[in-house]
Amino acid sequence: MHHLIDRRPNGRGKSAVNRERFLRRYKVQVQDAVKKMIGERRLADMERGGEVRVPKKDISEPSFGFGRGGDREFVLPGNREYVAGDRIPRPDGGSAGGHGSEGGDAEGEDSFVFSLSREEFMQIFFDDLELPNLARTELGRSERRKSVRAGFTKTGTPASLAVIRTLTQSLGRRIALRAGLGREGGVLEAEFAVAVAAGQADQAALVYAELERVERRRAALPFLDEMDLRYRNRVWRPEPIARAVMFCLMDVSASMDENKKDLAKRFFTLLYLFLTRKYGEVDLIFIRHTDDAEEVDEDTFFHDTRTGGTVVLSALELADKIRGERYAHGWNVYAAQASDGDAFGADPARSARFLRERLLPATRYYTYLELADPQTYEHVSTLWAEFERVAEAAGNFAMRRAAQREHIYPVFRGLFRKETQ
Amino acid sequence: MSPISHGADWDFELLERYNTAIAQVAAEHGLETYPNQIEVITSEQMLDAYATSGLPIGYPHWSYGKEFIRNEQAYRRGMQGLAYEIVINSNPCIAYLMEENTMATQALVIAHACYGHNSFFKGNHLFQQWTAADAILDYLVFARRYVMACEERHGAVAVEEVLDACHALMSHGVDRYRRPAALSLRVEAARLAERESHRERNFNDLWRTLPENTPGPAPDSRACFPGEPQENILYFVEKYSPKLEPWQRELVRIVRKLAQYFYPQAQTKLMNEGWATFWHYTILNRLHEQGLVDDGFMLEFLKSHTNVVAQPSFDSRAYSGLNPYALGFAMFADLRRICERPDAEDREWFPELAGSDWHRTLDFAMRNFKDESFVAQYLSPRLIREFHLFAVADHRSEETLRVDSIHDDRGYRRVRRLLARQYAQELRVPDVQIVRYDRDGDRSLTLRHVRHRGRPLTDAADQVVAHLRRLWGLAVRLETWENDALVGDVLECPA
Repeated sequence: MHHLIDRRPNGRGKSAVNRERFLRRYKVQVQDAVKKMIGERRLADMERGGEVRVPKKDISEPSFGFGRGGDREFVLPGNREYVAGDRIPRPDGGSAGGHGSEGGDAEGEDSFVFSLSREEFMQIFFDDLELPNLARTELGRSERRKSVRAGFTKTGTPASLAVIRTLTQSLGRRIALRAGLGREGGVLEAEFAVAVAAGQADQAALVYAELERVERRRAALPFLDEMDLRYRNRVWRPEPIARAVMFCLMDVSASMDENKKDLAKRFFTLLYLFLTRKYGEVDLIFIRHTDDAEEVDEDTFFHDTRTGGTVVLSALELADKIRGERYAHGWNVYAAQASDGDAFGADPARSARFLRERLLPATRYYTYLELADPQTYEHVSTLWAEFERVAEAAGNFAMRRAAQREHIYPVFRGLFRKETQ
Repeated sequence: MSPISHGADWDFELLERYNTAIAQVAAEHGLETYPNQIEVITSEQMLDAYATSGLPIGYPHWSYGKEFIRNEQAYRRGMQGLAYEIVINSNPCIAYLMEENTMATQALVIAHACYGHNSFFKGNHLFQQWTAADAILDYLVFARRYVMACEERHGAVAVEEVLDACHALMSHGVDRYRRPAALSLRVEAARLAERESHRERNFNDLWRTLPENTPGPAPDSRACFPGEPQENILYFVEKYSPKLEPWQRELVRIVRKLAQYFYPQAQTKLMNEGWATFWHYTILNRLHEQGLVDDGFMLEFLKSHTNVVAQPSFDSRAYSGLNPYALGFAMFADLRRICERPDAEDREWFPELAGSDWHRTLDFAMRNFKDESFVAQYLSPRLIREFHLFAVADHRSEETLRVDSIHDDRGYRRVRRLLARQYAQELRVPDVQIVRYDRDGDRSLTLRHVRHRGRPLTDAADQVVAHLRRLWGLAVRLETWENDALVGDVLECPA
């Protein structure tokens, strides 16, 4: 007696819950690994999975077992040259020559390696980072849903009757049904003519009656049938909870070397990645400046070089202008500024004032990243000093310094740490 | 007869026909089996099944996730192939076949799992005694539901803590000897009454005149509970832990039951795989004799078979212990040879087996032994020579390892005895037992590790003690004894 069962359609994923538990349990290690990966990776391929190593001793499941030492004998296969009484030097590491039956841990690795999927990676990447002040927007996490057109259905309320579509259906139906009856009528008419010509009166009467029946059916075809009715269909679709615009401001004067630009890029991209997770629609505006500011596309922004002095204010003014023109209503405004902090004369003070009075009140959050030279990391720029005062007064302004690639991620985390205020 | 099929493709109808043919041969040889339930699954499902030791249903736990990730990783990188099948000791006996297998492999797997393992599960005394094939699936369903209900009520973290602790003690959560079934109240009362009437019947007033015995000091009740050392730590915890909630006790019980279910498998790995391999080899060869399978089928089958029974030598990179398929198969095949074509050596070593009916001899061996006794009983000098087995002594007093004995006249018996001991449960799992539960004092628990020949516990022991402390709720200490003397430090987890 036996049964054959095809279990293949049952699908996989029975272990998904256990896998998830494993990740949760080793969250700290996984997070560390992710942090390290972010430090090493290029931004372009940030959004993919990765490998996590967890030290094996951290995930071992203890049990009572025999350790090394003591007296024992074990039996091995494949003796070639040994005779009883031969001496063999003790192998290092223990498992190489020994362990008759218990040589299970032949892998010998000291860490447990596994892959994170892209989703898992990004999830951990953004873990417990919460957009600043997001709680203040009523939108919050709750998704707004919007009713949108989605074709036609056969049922619905009279109010949503789609007249043109209904009439098209009706016309089609009438043409289709009439054609058949028309052909039948034509044949009958011909038969009738033949019968009349041949003087077969009763046959003619018979055909005529049939003809009349067809005519009646033709006349009875309704102009509108129930089956013609079409209604506009609407479905609820989640609406982007909000739109956001992100201003990227960068100093491209000569003192900004490639390394600093690279840091800035990481900073912008991380912010962008994060915003795209929070908002359905994110616009990007790139503003670069030397002694005057201009709006450019992404490629130019990061790769084109320009020479000139540094006037920070010009960029701030341009950003404010663009915001006023295009993003005045219904947009969450984020701004990220990267600069090496070189600013001269009255510019720092005027920039700080403009920021405080014009830009900050209109933005959801403003971040300033100062790209320092590793050698002069301790040295604080004039712009930094001015901005520091702004930061004290404003709640939606954050500033950090970074000199190396590894600094970026902590900066990012620090900037957007879950708000407690 | 013409072959059932040609080529590698299989479909359900062919599986059916092969199964029928194989069942017929198995019946000719008198294999008794549970009914078979053959399930075809994908490789992903196989990976899922791997994670839970092949059980079709398991309760959720991170360690299964770890196991799954490990296997998946190894499989994806091509470091590890997947088993062709998994078979579950249940009634009906469930066997999983992978869809990627070719027809020949499917037939091999059916013969191996559905008739080899299946008959072993049904016949071997350990499985008979320790597992309830009829009830295991229902119990697994219950366990899963119960664990999940507990998680809902008490939180996943609390449940995980208990399960982690239980898993650490799983190897010490099995009964190795049958305990007598608990007496029902009615039987207990009847016994009491009988004892009473016995006293009445034998009443003799004369006893009263005897001088009274001066009672010695009352035995210290604190020192002697439990009366005898308890080897089933999880059972003891379940019954006596002063702090466990009822649901926690039930979790302990679930883990204990699973440990018990797997207990015979660990002890009969060699025999079980040897038996199944012997039978797939015998059955498929018989099918070939009958002309039911073609030569291509046989070539493919033999290639798989030789891979399975390959035994790399100890110094090769592929070596990972004695291959139970290789040694087990060789032993059963050798046993049959001894019965059918004994030589002088066999007559000397196995006078009762030589020339006997091989069906009966093999059946007896399958039913009444475990790996340890099977090797001790049936490993022949010829196999020791064929496998070039040799014993190495690793003594702490000596600088180097010493070759203890090899495959020569002086060495056969000793190699055989040492190999048998290698399969003995007590040499795989350290002897740790509960010796004292201070019921009337601080309610602490004392474990005793009886050390043999100086073999210490691993460093993980203190973690295990900490786990036990978590279950017990009060102080736990672990002493190590050797030759009736306390040695080494006492591991202690304070209350």
